[in-house]
Amino acid sequence: MKTIADLPLEQRSIVTAIKDSALRPKLLEMGIYAGKTVEVLFKAPFGDPIAVNIDGYVLSMRLNEARLIEVAD
Amino acid sequence: MKKIALFGNPNTGKSSIFNRLTGLKQHVGNFPGVTVDKQTGTFSYNNEKFELIDFPGTYSVYPRSSDEKIVFDVISNTQHADYPDAVIVVVDASNLERNLLLFSQLYDLGLPTILLLNMTDVAARKEIAISIEEIQNAFPATTIIRSNARIGTGIEEIKRIISENQLKIAENPFGKQQTLFPVDDADAQAIDTDERFHAIQKLVNNAVTRNQELPSRSKKIDRWLTHPIIGYLFFFVLLLVIFQSVFTLASYPMDLIDGAFSSLSSFVAQQLPPGLFTDLLANGIIPGIGGVLVFVPQIALLFFLLSILEETGYMARVVFMMDRLMRPFGLNGKSVVPLISSSACAIPGIMSARTINSWQERLTTIFVAPLISCSARIPVYTLLIHLVIPNKLVGGFISLQGLVLFCLYFLGLIAALITAWVFQFFLKNKQLSIFLLELPPYKSPRWANVGIEVFSKAKVFVTDAGKIIVAISILLWALASFGPSNKIENAVKLIPKPSIQTETTQIAYEKQIAAVQLENSYIGIIGKSIEPIIAPIGYDWKMGICLITSFAAREVFVGSLATIYSVDQTEDDATPLISRLREETKADGSKTYTLASGMSLLVFYVFAMQCMATLAVVKRETKSWKWPLIQLFYMGTLAYFAAYFTFNLFQ
Repeated sequence: MKTIADLPLEQRSIVTAIKDSALRPKLLEMGIYAGKTVEVLFKAPFGDPIAVNIDGYVLSMRLNEARLIEVAD
Repeated sequence: MKKIALFGNPNTGKSSIFNRLTGLKQHVGNFPGVTVDKQTGTFSYNNEKFELIDFPGTYSVYPRSSDEKIVFDVISNTQHADYPDAVIVVVDASNLERNLLLFSQLYDLGLPTILLLNMTDVAARKEIAISIEEIQNAFPATTIIRSNARIGTGIEEIKRIISENQLKIAENPFGKQQTLFPVDDADAQAIDTDERFHAIQKLVNNAVTRNQELPSRSKKIDRWLTHPIIGYLFFFVLLLVIFQSVFTLASYPMDLIDGAFSSLSSFVAQQLPPGLFTDLLANGIIPGIGGVLVFVPQIALLFFLLSILEETGYMARVVFMMDRLMRPFGLNGKSVVPLISSSACAIPGIMSARTINSWQERLTTIFVAPLISCSARIPVYTLLIHLVIPNKLVGGFISLQGLVLFCLYFLGLIAALITAWVFQFFLKNKQLSIFLLELPPYKSPRWANVGIEVFSKAKVFVTDAGKIIVAISILLWALASFGPSNKIENAVKLIPKPSIQTETTQIAYEKQIAAVQLENSYIGIIGKSIEPIIAPIGYDWKMGICLITSFAAREVFVGSLATIYSVDQTEDDATPLISRLREETKADGSKTYTLASGMSLLVFYVFAMQCMATLAVVKRETKSWKWPLIQLFYMGTLAYFAAYFTFNLFQ
């Protein structure tokens, strides 16, 4: 499955699902759920963490967190 | 007094609202059983006073970290001492959807609510138009107030509405669920969150028209400030400025405070009749209070700079850039600033660790910060390096003395990182390490917030940590001034009075008395009795005494050596002391201060927790004596064994 971690910079995509994990409720509460438009804006040096536009606000996340968020191909 | 609670997501301007409503009528206290500070304040309207409690910023009522737990603790228990009479939920108008989750949860709990639609200016800039009517229809019982905390609109209205007591309780919940789920039932919480967002999305689609683009200004700034090279360079320069300010700029007011208190001390000693009380005042209490206030300039300066970084939104970028580097050590991107500040002084450094949201990462930072060599170690390092390290060049151009100094700093840094790494394995019930950090748009700082932050940090230090520092100062004074029965008097009598009364002989006589007094005091006795313990690392009882007196602060070591060897020591010139120490021999005629014992002392001071003020601050910040005592123990053990190893290596 493709996740946010696989997205190239500045390419919009739609969240399809969030993988089951302890982090899932937290991600949901931050407004990341199926149907949201997301886009990777920029990356920290070493490529981790990344800054993601969550439909109007910027959230930075580590790659292992980004891998929990599945996006449409 | 009615209790009003302030809730909201992080970065919604909640603290600005809090500052606007309460001004300087703020107080930092404790919530029972948690480590987060309880920020409370009061405001009045029509002669009625209200208490406002500022809760930590959260995205939901359900806690995802230990710091957020207090929100759930309070609102899930109507009997809780801090259960509010009404709540204000600060909602960021430019990100209504995500913010309404927390609001809708609180709305459904049967509490009177105010929905404070804040940052309407940012929303307008982002070309967002909000229909208040639609929101009101969805939450009929709430009172909606528009505000702009940056310029202060809406603040009077909040006070008026609360005092007029017109707030209503919701009759029909917004979500399906009107009671809270158990705190550990994450699945039920997730389903509820999902349902709520469905309803909120519908509402937002009707109520909000907006342009989907992010503000381009922040995007442009981020292109530079998070750049792999320029971003680091900028941050490095910034760190240098912070370090220089805390180190250099703060030294002027610090010298003034220092000078003022020592003048006061000698003034009191001369003016009051000699006696125990005068001595306590002049040598115990006044230096103790001076020892507290001397840290205030550094604390104020550091927090002035840090709160500007926080206010502008740059701090979040620092964390973003440094996270990868700090992660292997169990530290957080935000640990960088406390650790760097600790190289000036661990006190403001440890206090600045408060910006770290994760308790474990914050604790780790606090735990290792005193290992970073601070400015109080410099006099000790300088004296000992000049004493035992030959003044020669290595490889033709590097000063050996300078090289040793550098190695000592480096040793402290490495020790801090390794200790942090090891510390991870000792932390029980490890929390889930969550990074997820919002990068708010850049904005100019609000100076009132900066001012209030500086004021409250300085106040917390003086009132909370100050008490402990003054108490230990008095204890150390007593231990150095008294001895068992007439030991001190008897020893003083043995010193021959100078036969010719000149100023020089009189001074020499007084110096000898001071040395004898210290030697025969309780501290002197302790110093002598620990000799068997410190002999293996190369120290005699005289050094033992100095180790104990310098527990007050490391630089006291130099002054105590001067006292005990009766050397006329002026502040800037250590030459007489160094020549005296070079002459010092043991019973067998060999030198006391050799390369081995000198290096051993240097290494000891790199690691040992020789600073009561740091212990007091760690107690204040972790709210328990457990952590400072563990620190005292682990740093002491580390210092002892490292010194033992060093002594034998150079022997």
